[in-house]
Amino acid sequence: MTTLTLSEAKPVDRPSIKEKYDHFIGGKWVAPSSGEYFDNISPIDGKPFSKAARGNKEDVEKALDAAHEAFATWSKTSAAERSRVLNKIADVIEENLEMLARVETIDNGKALRETRAADLPLCVDHFRYFAGVIRADESTISEHDEHTVSIALSEPLGVVGQIIPWNFPLLMATWKIAPALAAGCCTVVKPAEQTPTSIMVLMELIADILPPGVLNVVTGFGPEAGKPLATSKRVAKVAFTGETTTGRLIMQYASENLVPVTMELGGKSPNIFMKSVADADDEFFDKAVEGAVMFALNQGEVCTCPSRILVHEDIYDKFMERVVERTKAIKMGHPLAEDTMMGAQASNDQFEKILSYLDIGKQEGAEVLCGGDKASLNSGLETGYYIQPTIFKGHNKMRVFQEEIFGPVTSVTTFKTTEEAIEIANDTMYGLGAGLWSRDAHELYQVPRAIKAGRVWVNCYHAYPAHAPFGGYKKSGFGRENHLMMLNHYRQTKNMLISYSKNKLGFF
Amino acid sequence: MSNKQYIPRVLITEAAMDVIDTLRKRFGTELMFHQSGGCCDGSSPMCFEKGDFKVGGSDVWMGKIYGCDFFMNEDQFEYWKHTQLTLDVTPGRGSSFSLEIPMGIRFMIRSRMFTMEELENLVPTKTGEEYLEEG
Repeated sequence: MTTLTLSEAKPVDRPSIKEKYDHFIGGKWVAPSSGEYFDNISPIDGKPFSKAARGNKEDVEKALDAAHEAFATWSKTSAAERSRVLNKIADVIEENLEMLARVETIDNGKALRETRAADLPLCVDHFRYFAGVIRADESTISEHDEHTVSIALSEPLGVVGQIIPWNFPLLMATWKIAPALAAGCCTVVKPAEQTPTSIMVLMELIADILPPGVLNVVTGFGPEAGKPLATSKRVAKVAFTGETTTGRLIMQYASENLVPVTMELGGKSPNIFMKSVADADDEFFDKAVEGAVMFALNQGEVCTCPSRILVHEDIYDKFMERVVERTKAIKMGHPLAEDTMMGAQASNDQFEKILSYLDIGKQEGAEVLCGGDKASLNSGLETGYYIQPTIFKGHNKMRVFQEEIFGPVTSVTTFKTTEEAIEIANDTMYGLGAGLWSRDAHELYQVPRAIKAGRVWVNCYHAYPAHAPFGGYKKSGFGRENHLMMLNHYRQTKNMLISYSKNKLGFF
Repeated sequence: MSNKQYIPRVLITEAAMDVIDTLRKRFGTELMFHQSGGCCDGSSPMCFEKGDFKVGGSDVWMGKIYGCDFFMNEDQFEYWKHTQLTLDVTPGRGSSFSLEIPMGIRFMIRSRMFTMEELENLVPTKTGEEYLEEG
């Protein structure tokens, strides 16, 4: 039986959070038309800590009205001014980083260590990145002949709908909001129902920076608030991060309105450790061990969670012994305690789902190398949603190797040859992330090229710089996030084809 | 179909039946399920008004539970077909467009491996396209 490593620090203080939050529409706080609010439950202890407005179609329509009104001006606002606004948002997030990190931890359940070091600093950087790229962004022009010039100018799509997941509530909102605003679009954002509060705390801070209506946030449930947004004829594009069935449903709605969508739908990412990794017991070996344990980052609630470890059979014992040891050293405890390394799963249904996967993994005959059960914590955390970091050993056809568990669970299997490693890596519906660890210069290029995934980390894992495009192959979706190429997911091309010739064609 | 007694691929708990009754009453219509895959709320069954989610040739009809058709994408079915699924319900603030979400509960799947004997005697599946053709 695994003995848990526990956090020893006392939790930091909770920032003051309002008892309830309205929608943020047209630069104002707008009460839900239904008059109803719903409890937002903190995964830390399973108890409500705030309420969110229960949005419906009427609220979504109000937000779309405000966004359309704002678009007339925002779409013509200079790049310099849009950039200034985005930089200002970044500054405000930076100035309030500690408070926002704590709120994010309370809302989502992840460890403060991560919200401080990853979620919030990345939000700041993504806003700054898009503030920067639009200052250098240029359209293209071509001279077809001495009298004919073609200008391909980028114009913003219009008002977009953005549906945000709950695993990185502020960062995933930033990934969508920053490029949309940079491109000159206005947006109506629907945060996930598990995490509707941190974004509203952010809106309070930046309400006065943005022109009214440029950014609107409507909280509520998927069938009541998400669906009216996704089906609206007044939305020029829908951006969605989530799972395959809802993704298909949103595409179905988009097909009726003939509008584009981008989809980020998850993965079952292979993390491949080649034989040369264990050539020496040095800094790099240590880095690779950490790379394998990255499955526990964000409690495994990451679309690119390295949830399949593929390790060369010759180094299995040496490598996995160290990985298991490092996994067992993960400190669990109060997510607001500064030394806690892994916090709570985001909601009770997630918690139950992960437990059901631990069950099916055992039924299928996978060997539990560590973890394998819920983590029973005390001191007020008894009612929170904690799971032990778990490593299964088995084969790639098992369901724990094929389904996104979205918990701190990874499954390890071995390979004999590079070809076999690639075959196993690609034997999945998904193709979002992958990791390749090697000291061999040829493998470092050839193996990533052979993996059918949109992001292959080479000798690193779980880095998300704004400057690198992120998105899926296969059933993991399409379209990209991050990188300046993202601007074109929120723009369309206006081609002006100009004749400078005074002579008629002579046809008529 | 003959009178042969097939082993169902999908079962349902009493608690899930109660939720279906509530939703049927509220929406005044038949319901359907599509098993999701992928991140966030993936790997969970999604409940919609019948016909709201368009199934097609890439879906597998796995059976009917409590009057509701249950589908899964064929790629996913390949990895799931050796397990019997039970539709259950748990308290929790799930997200997605699934109809029970506002009730503060979430449909979920529990799984069990079929025995070798059972595997030879399972309810025949059909594609979403065949399902639609049969009306």
